[in-house]
Amino acid sequence: MSTADAHRAIDAVWRIESAKLIAGLARMVRDVGLAEDLAQDALVAALERWPRTGVPDNPGAWLMSTAKRRAVDLLRRRTLHERKQDQVAIEMEAALDAAVPDLDAGLDDPVGDDLLRLVFISCHPVLSREARVALTLRLLGGLTTGEIARAFLVPEPTIAQRIVRAKRTLTAARVPFEVPRGEEMQARLSSVLEVVYLVFNEGYSATAGDDWMRPALCGEALRLGRVLAGLVPGEPEVHGLVALMEIQASRARARVGPGGEPVLLLEQDRARWDQLLIRRGLAALARAEELGGALGPYAMQAAIAACHARARTPGETDWARIAALYDALAEIAPSPVVELNRAVALSMAFGPAAGLELVDDLVADGSLDGYHLLPSVRGDLLAKLGRPDEARAEFERAATLTRNGRERDLLLSRAARCARELPPHPATEPAKS
Amino acid sequence: MRFMTIYKPGVDQETAGPPSEKRMAEMGAFINEMAAAGVLLATDGLQASSKGARVKLVDGDFVVTDGPFAETKELIAGYAIVNVASKDEAIHWTKRFLALMGEGESEIRLMHDFAAFDGEEARQVGAAANR
Repeated sequence: MSTADAHRAIDAVWRIESAKLIAGLARMVRDVGLAEDLAQDALVAALERWPRTGVPDNPGAWLMSTAKRRAVDLLRRRTLHERKQDQVAIEMEAALDAAVPDLDAGLDDPVGDDLLRLVFISCHPVLSREARVALTLRLLGGLTTGEIARAFLVPEPTIAQRIVRAKRTLTAARVPFEVPRGEEMQARLSSVLEVVYLVFNEGYSATAGDDWMRPALCGEALRLGRVLAGLVPGEPEVHGLVALMEIQASRARARVGPGGEPVLLLEQDRARWDQLLIRRGLAALARAEELGGALGPYAMQAAIAACHARARTPGETDWARIAALYDALAEIAPSPVVELNRAVALSMAFGPAAGLELVDDLVADGSLDGYHLLPSVRGDLLAKLGRPDEARAEFERAATLTRNGRERDLLLSRAARCARELPPHPATEPAKS
Repeated sequence: MRFMTIYKPGVDQETAGPPSEKRMAEMGAFINEMAAAGVLLATDGLQASSKGARVKLVDGDFVVTDGPFAETKELIAGYAIVNVASKDEAIHWTKRFLALMGEGESEIRLMHDFAAFDGEEARQVGAAANR
């Protein structure tokens, strides 16, 4: 095996095993930062050894036993000045051995519980949102700081700093390595779901740069969501989030044109929608619904996405149902962005004038100032109402607000189209639509 | 990125009889593990070729041939679709699959998938920069 081959194979092993490894170590040493350092040490040992010896049959177990040995050495050194050092080390060793009987024993149990603890600690509210995202990708996704930095288009030292600080914060706050119970559980779970969805969205609709998508992030968020659904199968919102992501991802191929330009939902070639992901998404939504109770915000958004997924042509879309779902979503999770989407649904169900009314309320309200989709939607409605001059101004405004180069091109081309529709002399009466 | 792995057993599975209970249990646990890792999107095994057919279009004419097919060792016996970050990850899972199944071969093919645009390259660049 060449060194390059070995390194690629080790990368693959790391990606598969690192979260379980860190989770298991964190339970033993009660410190996520230390657990990750130990896991990294084991990785370095593998990088030294495996190119010569080949990858062992059970690489996960090899990494774990190597890391455990290092943990014991470290704890010995730390207690060197204490009289009972040997006793401590012996007890520690016994505890470590008892703690991980068999890493490959399956996921229904300690390993699964450890992973869940790791998820909750990575998304702990004591950390900033950015720190939660970086730490989750690092500890649960097995991504390197370089990969995370690239995905988020920030310098690598920034991400490295963010992760170091996050680990320090967790240690300083003495955050226990446990799964929250009772009332705390729901609040902590929504923080976890938020992080996963942030990662997905970062990949799905890149907020900056020329890449319309950063596909690796979408894939990772989907994977994390599915893992989570297996770890807490009784939580409807987890299935709701998975459903939402699967259905949105099903359109990934169709939402980018041959030149890399974005293609809007209703203009997409539905033959390019991924039926496997749609089926998985609808199944996850059904699980969320079967668990009973009122749908949460993610399940409700998934239900909206499902309306589109079920329509074979744009004309078949059940806009009245989508509008009703947005009404319900606005009740449980009110936000200006939900209102904006509700306006779009209303316009599709009951005509552009109905949507424009709501959009104008949002403009007056001012809370979406600077959000490019507000003028973009308003421009669309105005164009449909036969007011191309106003529409063009809105598209141009939207183009100055978006940070995505591809989207800017799309908006400018819509503005240009409006300009072509303008009559030679300014119209004094709005045209009929 | 998504890969389809296409499995061809090294023996004539059409006449080999059903797998042992132990192997079924091991395979069940393995499939559960892949699903729990968020990797497995779809998988299934295929029944004997005697229950299938081949349809060809030759010189404008359809030719339908009912199974069983002669080349028993070339036959596809199952497939899986996995969502992973690199080909090496797909290879890793496939090795574990074959270790359970015994002699045989799996072909790993990259699917046309949104995640295939720059995932592999990004990982390699990132990995080189970080380690």
